[in-house]
Amino acid sequence: MNISIIGGRVIDPASNTDATLNLHIKDETLIAMGDAPNGFSADQTIDAAGKIVCPGLVDMAAHLREPGHTAKGTLASETLAAAKGGITTLICTPDTEPCIDSPADIEFIHRMARKLCQARVLTAAAMTQGLEGKQLASMATLRNSGCVAVSNARRPLANTLVERRALEYASTFGMTVFLHPEDRHLKAGGCAHEGAVATRLGLPGIPSAAETVAVARDLALAEHTGARIHFCTLSAGTSARMISEAKKAKLAVSADVAAHQLHLTEQDIDGFDAQCHLEPPLRTLQDRDALRRAVADGTIAAICSDHQPHEPDAKEAPFPESQPGLSGLETLLALTLRLVDEGVMPLSDALARITCGPADLLNLPYGRLAEGLPADICIFDPEAHWTLASESMLSAGKNSPFLGWEFKGKVTHTVFNGHLVYQAD
Amino acid sequence: MMTEQRIFMNEDAILNIIDGMARMLKERLAKNGIEDPAMIGIHTGGAWVAEQLHQRLGLSQPLGLLDINFYRDDFTKSGVNPLVKPSTIDFDIENQHVILVDDVLQTGRTIRAAMNEIFDFGRPKSILLATLIERNGRQLPIEPSIVGLQPPLEKDEHIRLEGPSPLTLTVNKSKKRRTEKPTN
Amino acid sequence: MASQTQNIQLNDDGSLRHFLTIEGLNKNILTQILDTAESFAVLPGRPIKKVPALRGRIITNLFFENSTRTRTTFELAAKRLSADVLNFNISTSATSKGETLLDTLRNLEAMHSEMFVVRHNASGAAHFIAEHAAPGISVINAGDGRHAHPTQAMLDMFTIRKHKGDFTPLRVAIVGDILHSRVARSQILALNTLGVTEVRVVGPRTLIPTDARALGVHVYHDLEEGLRDVDVVIMLRLQKERMDGALLPSEEEYFQLYGLTNDRLACAKPDAIVMHPGPINRGVEIDSEVADGPRSVILEQVSYGIGVRMAIMSMCMQKHPSAGDES
Repeated sequence: MNISIIGGRVIDPASNTDATLNLHIKDETLIAMGDAPNGFSADQTIDAAGKIVCPGLVDMAAHLREPGHTAKGTLASETLAAAKGGITTLICTPDTEPCIDSPADIEFIHRMARKLCQARVLTAAAMTQGLEGKQLASMATLRNSGCVAVSNARRPLANTLVERRALEYASTFGMTVFLHPEDRHLKAGGCAHEGAVATRLGLPGIPSAAETVAVARDLALAEHTGARIHFCTLSAGTSARMISEAKKAKLAVSADVAAHQLHLTEQDIDGFDAQCHLEPPLRTLQDRDALRRAVADGTIAAICSDHQPHEPDAKEAPFPESQPGLSGLETLLALTLRLVDEGVMPLSDALARITCGPADLLNLPYGRLAEGLPADICIFDPEAHWTLASESMLSAGKNSPFLGWEFKGKVTHTVFNGHLVYQAD
Repeated sequence: MMTEQRIFMNEDAILNIIDGMARMLKERLAKNGIEDPAMIGIHTGGAWVAEQLHQRLGLSQPLGLLDINFYRDDFTKSGVNPLVKPSTIDFDIENQHVILVDDVLQTGRTIRAAMNEIFDFGRPKSILLATLIERNGRQLPIEPSIVGLQPPLEKDEHIRLEGPSPLTLTVNKSKKRRTEKPTN
Repeated sequence: MASQTQNIQLNDDGSLRHFLTIEGLNKNILTQILDTAESFAVLPGRPIKKVPALRGRIITNLFFENSTRTRTTFELAAKRLSADVLNFNISTSATSKGETLLDTLRNLEAMHSEMFVVRHNASGAAHFIAEHAAPGISVINAGDGRHAHPTQAMLDMFTIRKHKGDFTPLRVAIVGDILHSRVARSQILALNTLGVTEVRVVGPRTLIPTDARALGVHVYHDLEEGLRDVDVVIMLRLQKERMDGALLPSEEEYFQLYGLTNDRLACAKPDAIVMHPGPINRGVEIDSEVADGPRSVILEQVSYGIGVRMAIMSMCMQKHPSAGDES
């Protein structure tokens, strides 16, 4: 099928493009930016006047719940939600059930996603067998089956020696290791940031040190092993500072942050709002601002959704007994655009953090617009106001602290692999 | 709410009425052969009237004070009155002649509640009811023995004793509307 | 997003509907509770120790954490208001295997109970139940996790007022495991709302929350300094588990540093009173001599507990919609 996207403001951070251009797609490929090639005639034309046309978003962390936790979400519902959010490439976390620690698991997900054809699902495979943190998983085999990184999700590793071995082994095959920095003993049953709000509410706290102690340890091991590590979903300002220094020292380290950590703080759990029960927890205003600065200057090169859809019961419990996580695919773009509105960073940089930024961290040919690449495109109206409401969410999980928030910037069309997979009504 | 308030009677006139009540009480006690009765006043207005009567009768036992808040039959409608005070009865009710004093008797519900509360303290030998004002509107079979005044009042008029000093009787005329104050 | 502006404890007219935490209640309401409790404090002296105020109403004790003492106090308070009482002791493990908290609540509402007295080990449990309670139902927090134990705080305030009268000039020291104490959190809020001069917390760093000053207290690590010139000393119970959790080395060392003896008490004002929410650990946080001594008001606290709870329950019990006009 031939598609032309006409008259939109095309922003492609990877190539520094910001111009009014037409895009032309033939079957799965973007074949031209600018004038249509000779003899090209579009079967479908999308009028993008007044809209922004950018690469389809790349989300570094989404829990797609299938197989095993289908009460919370399925590949069908969650890739559809991704499409609505303008996201065309998702990296699925390995904590499904069974977890992704064999080629068959990767195959299953790839096959399902291909059949659904709503978004590209890549996998971060398990670092240890069964995610139990004790024995190494067959990382080389998993890489050959197509995983893009290895991760232990948020499950702890048995000890520092296992971590060292995992880093060394992964680096044998040039694989990036995703780390979720958290010292489980310092975490010790906490469910909120150990600070003024948790003290007042009597909630067991997780100190920032639980994260920074782990970041320090992981950086030391990375330096020692030369492994390529990526820190997932940071929450503490100090962590960003440590990573900035590590990068200056030329360590092969990168980091991402979940979009909500750039907006919410510990104040938002006041009143025991279980929608704000998140891991890692929402920390202080100073942490939020430090993370924002790190995102603006590129220390943190990617913003992810950390999408964790839940069935309603999971949040319908007293705060400490509720399950952490929010459903974030449908607000990733809007929350990123809000950073631009609030003057944190310019539009092109913000879009980079959700397109080429994450793609480049894993050397993926996505998150960019260039002739010859797969046609993954997000078209959004930067002036459209909309309110997040559970009735209109496509994810199976309606658990979001942003319900009722008014956003500016709404996806109107999503093209994945040359197919129009989402169109707003 | 539209109300019209007028002063019905000032302190001098009220104290005159109370003098009269005291005389009638003495007669009645003598007639019934009651010596050394105790007196209980109902918060807040009844307590003020009782203080005056207690003095004039020179009773030996300390004046008892009753707050009937938790015995009201409309407790569930009106809830706890923010001005509730503890009830204090520092004499033994058991086998005691009691003079119960209130400021305004209308429906009779306050007196019923007061009697219920008194019986939770013990079993009195008799209760004489004395009220400064008796008006129409009775809903229960309760009758006073001693009355200061029976002013004619319309259904939408409400009479109140203000105090403690000076004691004043005021009458409010309101548009037909459910008032917040529980009726007595 | 939490709607912090809305205080779910109050009805539109400012009267009390739920009693979940001291936070969000102003001095007037707290004073009204104390004043109302005066009416009930005199009941034990009477032959009939009841008032008929809540006759025919059903109050349910919903205890997810075991506590015979507190449950019995609430039960007695409800009965003295002439209410009928249902008791549900649900151990937490049973719930986690079976019914959700919400399902338990819905089942109980079907039994026409109008008030739930809830004790649970999760902070925020009472709020959660109150948020999901049907209209016309009141929730009283009998202790939720580390968050709040507001009825205990109110009976402590009642005790203080009985002995000291005016709150304004008082200096109060709370000694012990503040970190894990819901009683302390509620006491601190109540004391500050009632306008005391100073609230102090005293204990080792491991037992005092990192952001304690955000609670509105001065932090002391030395007991004698902490007690100097105070009018009220509140000793908290030290639970045995604290020794296992690498928070303290031993009871002996704790008693040496933070145990209340007559010598230490001498640092406080000569007429200072000694309080303890109970049950006391003799020889751990408090010496028997002090616990049984002339300055201790610990037993009085227990006796005031019923009247204060009666006051709170009667203030919260929902009003029935009026069935017709008054005359």
